[in-house]
Amino acid sequence: MSNNMAYFDNAATTKISDNVLAAMMPYLTENYGNPSSIYRLGTESWRAVAEARAKVATAINCQPNEIFFTGSGSEANNWAIKGCMENEPQSAVITSAFEHHAVLHVVKKRDNITYLPVYDDGFVRLADFTRALENNPDTALVTIMHANNEIGTIQPIAEIGTICRERGVLFHTDAVQSVGNVHIDVQAMNVDMLSLTGHKFHAMKGVGALYVRKAVQRRLGSFIRGGAQESGKRAGTENVAGIVGLGVAIEEAVSDMERKNAKLLELRQRILNEVAHIPKARLNGAIESRLPNNLNFSFEGIEGEALLLQLDMSGICASSGSACTSGSLDPSHVLLALGLPHEIAHGSLRLTMSKYTTDEEVDLLLTKLPIIVAKLRAMSPMWEG
Amino acid sequence: MIYTDEVMKHFAEPQNVGELDDANAVGEVGNAKCGDIMKIFLRVEDNVIQDVRFKTFGCGAAIATSSVATQMIKGKTLEEALALSNKTVVQKLGGLPPAKLHCSVLAEQAVKAAVADYYTRQGIDPALFVNMNECDEHHCCGEGGNCG
Ligand SMILES: Cc1ncc(COP(=O)(O)O)c(C=O)c1O
Repeated sequence: MSNNMAYFDNAATTKISDNVLAAMMPYLTENYGNPSSIYRLGTESWRAVAEARAKVATAINCQPNEIFFTGSGSEANNWAIKGCMENEPQSAVITSAFEHHAVLHVVKKRDNITYLPVYDDGFVRLADFTRALENNPDTALVTIMHANNEIGTIQPIAEIGTICRERGVLFHTDAVQSVGNVHIDVQAMNVDMLSLTGHKFHAMKGVGALYVRKAVQRRLGSFIRGGAQESGKRAGTENVAGIVGLGVAIEEAVSDMERKNAKLLELRQRILNEVAHIPKARLNGAIESRLPNNLNFSFEGIEGEALLLQLDMSGICASSGSACTSGSLDPSHVLLALGLPHEIAHGSLRLTMSKYTTDEEVDLLLTKLPIIVAKLRAMSPMWEG
Repeated sequence: MIYTDEVMKHFAEPQNVGELDDANAVGEVGNAKCGDIMKIFLRVEDNVIQDVRFKTFGCGAAIATSSVATQMIKGKTLEEALALSNKTVVQKLGGLPPAKLHCSVLAEQAVKAAVADYYTRQGIDPALFVNMNECDEHHCCGEGGNCG
């Protein structure tokens, strides 16, 4: 970014890439046909949607008829979970304590639900998972996120998937944060369903997808009734431009991944080295098996919203797990799930980068952050400097 | 959620930050679990607040209300300081988002706690002068009252 601005909130959303926007433009202007129409203007849109579906399928290693476009990552999660709970009203669900609210607020409607604990390294444990399965032989659905949105830790999805597959238990993963950032292979991961959303990897907001493995599609009901779009499972005239953009974005992300991640790891190490000089700063979650673009720190003695406002005054965009910034009463349920005390969770800072993050942005962050932390601590009654 | 310019001005350059070595009264309210603590230091002479400082752990509104409240009681008598209400603090800041109104209550309480401490140190029962309406856990973390 330019003009002394630094954007470190790519887990919240990302900038649309130039190629994505260029690919979308025709479908927002002259190619406005409805994909369901018979004339050429319509079939051109139909072809564009089909092409995008194929691109998404290639990127995550599945067949195009296993991709269903949705209006967001939240919708994909809602669909996956509600869609199978409908068919199995009595049975148990297993999830983790630090899922996104688009999972937690859906599963909580269930009577029999097990929340796997998360340890201070930011991972669930297979032992806890197998125990939960043994205690709940009637488990119908397991939903565990791939990478956590606050701390970026990548869960042992393939191992969980293998166990689910052996027992015929449906397995969904919320991969909203990982798609576009790390390699995704739904075959290797042994998942039945996977959620993704375009705006986390340089497509537009408001377009996502749910992967549903062919063999389990009959177990998942329609989500929106109406027309025959998305194989009759999710009615509504397609967001053609958004879908086209999603296809281009995922293709770009996959082709660029190694180069991008090498660069991100370099930038991330620079930040880690510098923050190591700030006293009583801690990294939340392990650095191993973590999205290359994610860092999450807590700074003792200061509160997250004040930190974000100070950073903003220096042109730096970031986010925090502080209650103040979420409008809820408690600090981040993710950080609390890791076992952090409230006051430490209130003082967290999430920094997330993208392919557009520059050395200059990191320079700006690293010049300002230590000064701001010191300034806020100097006015904090909890800091005995 | 958007703060007024006045809140941002006080947040960016808070007045009366720090401690007073020769303070003869200190008040502290809030708790870390809820995400805000305000501590006010006073030097009182002849019933007048000669000097005041604060230290605050909390969000932007918590810091801004501390700054404005300390400004408003400096040079005032103890009675005048006790009359400071959270509404005046909010007015002075040109308003606060509803979720942050609690910060102004906290500022009012911090002033009262400091004045109460002064009376106690003088051997006077603060209950005679100070009506604390305690900041209980529910109020700090309760609905709509969260200051983070
Ligand atoms: C892990 C996770 N799941 C789901 C979502 C929701 O995605 P969307 O904003 O597209 O609804 C997000 C992002 O906000 C997320 O980080």
